[in-house]
Amino acid sequence: MTRIVVLGAGMVGAACARELALAGFAVTVVDRSGPAAGTTAHGEGNVLVSDKGPGPELELAKLSRELWPAILDGDPNADAAEWDPKGGIVVATTAEGAGALTEFAEGQRKAGVTAEEMDVAALAAAEPHLTRDVAKAVRYPEDAQVQPTGAATALLAAAVRAGAELRTGCEALGAVRRGGRITGVRTSAGTIEGDAVVNAAGPWSGEVAKRLGVRLDVRPRRGEVLVTAPMPPTVFHKVYDADYVGAVGSAAEDLQASAVVEATRGGTILLGSSRRRVGFDDRLRPEVLSVIAAKALRLFPMLAGVPVIRAYGGFRPFVPDHLPVIGADPGLDGLWHATGHEGAGIGLSAGTAAVLRDLMLGREPAIDADPFRADRPAVQSEGENL
Amino acid sequence: MSRHVVIVGAGPAGLGAAAGALRAGADVTLVDASEQPGGQYHRMLPDAFAAADPGRLHHGWQGFERLRDHVLRHPRCDWWPESTVWSIERHDEGTPAVHVLRGEADAAGRERRVLQPDALVLAPGAHDRVLPFPGWELPGVYTAGAAQALAKGERLVVGDPVLIAGSGPFLLPVAASLIEAGATVLEVLEANPAATVARGWARRPWELASQAGKAGELAEYAGLLARHRVPYRTGRAVIEARGDGRVEEAVTARLRPDWSVVPGTERTVPVDALCVTHGFSPQLELPVAAGCALARTPGGAFTEVDTDQCTTAPGVYAAGEITGIGGAPAARTEGLLAGWIAGGGDPGAREAGALRRRRDQARAFAARLAAAHPIGAAWPGWLRDETVVCRCEETTYGSLCRAAGDEASGSARAVKLGTRAGLGPCQARVCGPTAAELLSGKVPGANPHHRPIAQPIRLGELASPPTENTPDPDQKESAR
Ligand SMILES: Cc1cc2nc3c(=O)[nH]c(=O)nc-3n(C[C@H](O)[C@H](O)[C@H](O)COP(=O)(O)OP(=O)(O)OC[C@H]3O[C@@H](n4cnc5c(N)ncnc54)[C@H](O)[C@@H]3O)c2cc1C
Ligand SMILES: Cc1cc2nc3c(=O)[nH]c(=O)nc-3n(C[C@H](O)[C@H](O)[C@H](O)COP(=O)(O)OP(=O)(O)OC[C@H]3O[C@@H](n4cnc5c(N)ncnc54)[C@H](O)[C@@H]3O)c2cc1C
Repeated sequence: MTRIVVLGAGMVGAACARELALAGFAVTVVDRSGPAAGTTAHGEGNVLVSDKGPGPELELAKLSRELWPAILDGDPNADAAEWDPKGGIVVATTAEGAGALTEFAEGQRKAGVTAEEMDVAALAAAEPHLTRDVAKAVRYPEDAQVQPTGAATALLAAAVRAGAELRTGCEALGAVRRGGRITGVRTSAGTIEGDAVVNAAGPWSGEVAKRLGVRLDVRPRRGEVLVTAPMPPTVFHKVYDADYVGAVGSAAEDLQASAVVEATRGGTILLGSSRRRVGFDDRLRPEVLSVIAAKALRLFPMLAGVPVIRAYGGFRPFVPDHLPVIGADPGLDGLWHATGHEGAGIGLSAGTAAVLRDLMLGREPAIDADPFRADRPAVQSEGENL
Repeated sequence: MSRHVVIVGAGPAGLGAAAGALRAGADVTLVDASEQPGGQYHRMLPDAFAAADPGRLHHGWQGFERLRDHVLRHPRCDWWPESTVWSIERHDEGTPAVHVLRGEADAAGRERRVLQPDALVLAPGAHDRVLPFPGWELPGVYTAGAAQALAKGERLVVGDPVLIAGSGPFLLPVAASLIEAGATVLEVLEANPAATVARGWARRPWELASQAGKAGELAEYAGLLARHRVPYRTGRAVIEARGDGRVEEAVTARLRPDWSVVPGTERTVPVDALCVTHGFSPQLELPVAAGCALARTPGGAFTEVDTDQCTTAPGVYAAGEITGIGGAPAARTEGLLAGWIAGGGDPGAREAGALRRRRDQARAFAARLAAAHPIGAAWPGWLRDETVVCRCEETTYGSLCRAAGDEASGSARAVKLGTRAGLGPCQARVCGPTAAELLSGKVPGANPHHRPIAQPIRLGELASPPTENTPDPDQKESAR
């Protein structure tokens, strides 16, 4: 039986381990910390099509959106994943933003995304507490959400049921090579042999690649989220500011923030999120939190009196061309990458795992995987691996 | 220009630090969330039962009043009451900035202020620790601190009759204030056996001599209990509270030294209220946010300080209960030293040496207290599957164990997010140490004190830009 070592037990590693174990591989998942202890536990769980323009990432998002319900259907731990297909509403608060949103939604519709125009009455009925100061609103019924650590641990458990082995507290240090192939991983807990290795180490996958002796330009991009005290139901969909789209597609180092407002099953409201390039500096900046709060209040002014009880942040695995890396390493046989999902790795994990499985089996994936190749210049460039 | 020292917390440690820094010539901004200075010590203001022994207890109180008045009336001290530190911002270099919300906690639109001091003294104290047991979430079960605050502040007794249980020297003052406020105290239960308590107290008697004030106080409380015929029993604990919508009876039982229950010794006691305390948990979120390393001790984690109360973070000093639980005199002495050094005072000065000696004696005394009142490792034996461990989110012991036992969900953060233990309004202040203890050895841990938003801040307050503050002794805010 072919042995595969998956490096990283975050959302992406968990999804890949599950697909590969179900496909009959002997899978060992290795994480230097615990399950879902990295970025997966420090972000949000939006499973979105709304924020992606036509192109390969949207195709991956659509595939993922289709796969999620099937993956969770009948899973004994599905409840922990808190799957909620509540739909999203994107609102533009300026005339300029309204124009951009109209155009963006039009393109998405052509690519097969359901994007419904909302009039004032429909918006007020759907989100009674939203600002009335809205220039345009579009509803995306396909948008959904999961609780990321619950989803990741559910998928890991499914992998374990399918025969996968989980090794936590075990850090990948280097590659064991034979004849130009990787045949195992040296770890802090000894060598783990494998016929193939999957690098799913999230924002650390650039560093892991370096340790394995190859190059991969994945960098951290900091993001912060605010959590309110539990509230009676106030926000019913996922509601975003239209400039969300602008922030994702940019690589500027300085602070960007766009409002993403959503309620969780626990009654809290999550307010995201910022985007900053600060390496692995995990200090929370009050001025950044302040910007997130101001943006959220522009959408929901009535939240002004609601206490924020917590803030947290994580490091999105960022690739300069904003596309994930899914595929074989160009330099080292037997090494595969499944990483670089930036702010969408939770949602995209389902499709990523299916594509990776097909590529490793030599089958044709459900979508064109070429744009995600690891040998593309954006991934192989001489980046400062922060 | 003289040094600007910001002090967070105006309990015994913070007031001491202010006095020390003022003495060293610094400008001081003293910040506290409450309206009144004095911290826990003020809340346990002994005037109610000062009547029992007006002389000595009152004497201690006068010492506190002198310190408070000296500090608050000092021209170089700016006193900020009702000012909550919600965040501490670490820079790449130098002393961190202190983010403050000024104004009544319930008032809308508190003002956001930022202080950038030359040195920062953290003295935020500790809060009551209560171990869970079946029924502890019932109305009528109080932390000893809350019961005492009500008795002192409002002269309100939480119930009558009342049973007091747990561990630690503070069982006695709590019992005393309830008796003084007019409640019938049925009994006071110390979970540790008499041998452990006595060993802790009797070892190294010379330390007792230097802390005679403190030990004397305890003797006085014991005398008060005796006069009111309140039994003080050791080796017994409340292992369950029962009642329909409110506590009606307590189940007590004999404990072995490791706090496992001796079967067959259970007794049911009808009560109107139950007060419990299992010592204190230091409030470590501010030192953690400031970048201070923690020291792990048998009594739990505290802020690591050197002989001058310097933490491992640049420009940050710590004093009082966040460095160890030792009572008000220890906190005040540490504060004096921390303030003196933070304010630029000469570490070699004679009085600094004297302070260090007094601090070391107080610390030794604190260590003895901890040894006399350890928490027995077998306490989770009281818990049942359905016992609530996190009261805010109603996470049960069973669900916590199941999450920790499942290898796929077994990381501290995954368990927390999966069970929601510690995610509610108290942000794990109550259940955090408990959950950490229940999970220790089972899952790889996260820092339970990582709480970058130290106190809730309203979205509207957060969204508005802050005012930067530089001290100007002629423009004392408190004088306006
Ligand atoms: C603020 C914020 C909001 C977000 N919101 C969303 C959202 O709404 N929707 C969405 O889809 N995505 C969102 N994301 C992005 C999403 O969280 C990530 O894309 C996703 O978690 C990446 O998962 P991963 O498994 O690749 O990485 P991780 O979860 O980081 O997992 C990588 C694992 O690798 C391990 N590791 C690292 N180095 C080694 C080593 N040397 N040896 C062994 N193991 C190692 C780590 O311990 C870690 O567990 C958000 C991110 C942030 C920061
Ligand atoms: C029930 C009870 C009985 C006690 N009995 C005795 C006794 O008999 N004898 C004795 O010596 N000691 C006793 N103590 C202990 C004594 O009160 C403490 O040792 C002492 O108060 C500790 O001093 P401190 O300055 O470290 O902390 P505290 O007195 O707790 O002061 C901390 C201050 O910091 C403030 N603060 C905390 N966080 C923030 C923030 N984020 N922003 C702004 N302000 C903040 C708080 O409002 C508080 O005023 C008792 C305590 C209790 C609870």
